[in-house]
Amino acid sequence: MAMDAELIEQLILSGIPDAQVTISDLRGDGDHYAAYVVSPSFTGKSRIQQHQMVYQALQGKMGNELHALAIQTAAPETE
Amino acid sequence: MESIIFDQIRKEINDNDVVLYMKGTSVFPQCGFSAAVVQILSELGVSFKDVNVLEDNIIREAIKEFTQWPTIPQLYIKGEFVGGCDIIREMYETGELQQTLDDKGISYSAAA
Repeated sequence: MAMDAELIEQLILSGIPDAQVTISDLRGDGDHYAAYVVSPSFTGKSRIQQHQMVYQALQGKMGNELHALAIQTAAPETE
Repeated sequence: MESIIFDQIRKEINDNDVVLYMKGTSVFPQCGFSAAVVQILSELGVSFKDVNVLEDNIIREAIKEFTQWPTIPQLYIKGEFVGGCDIIREMYETGELQQTLDDKGISYSAAA
């Protein structure tokens, strides 16, 4: 049931093309990941909405193939 | 059928100030993410109603559709979905969770 980190990144990018995605494999077991996603699309959205956008990009894999993906989202700092 | 279950969820989250849909119980969480939220609420001394989704597969699936949120745990305060494990942890660290509890008039014991 494990998923490749690169695949996770590609899925997120397919849903949120302007995102900067950083994936870390938390335990080195290919099953527990953390994703840090920064995107201008998040601006003005609540944290729940931002996470929902990431979940949508993952196309139903969250909670199935992907058991453990910690998500942190942010809009880019405005200059 | 679905609306009956959604009504049941609505009743649960409106009848109780703080509700945590989780895997296992507050005394015996059966998933690390659920355990993490229980621990935060316990540290804050917030009393909450736990709903063990492992005991009810219909609720387990319905709660994900209810919020369009694919994972459990899910925390509700005063009828409103606040977040899952990552968001609650982040909100706790920044003090936003304490602020939300204050705003909604929920008492808790720990110093903010």
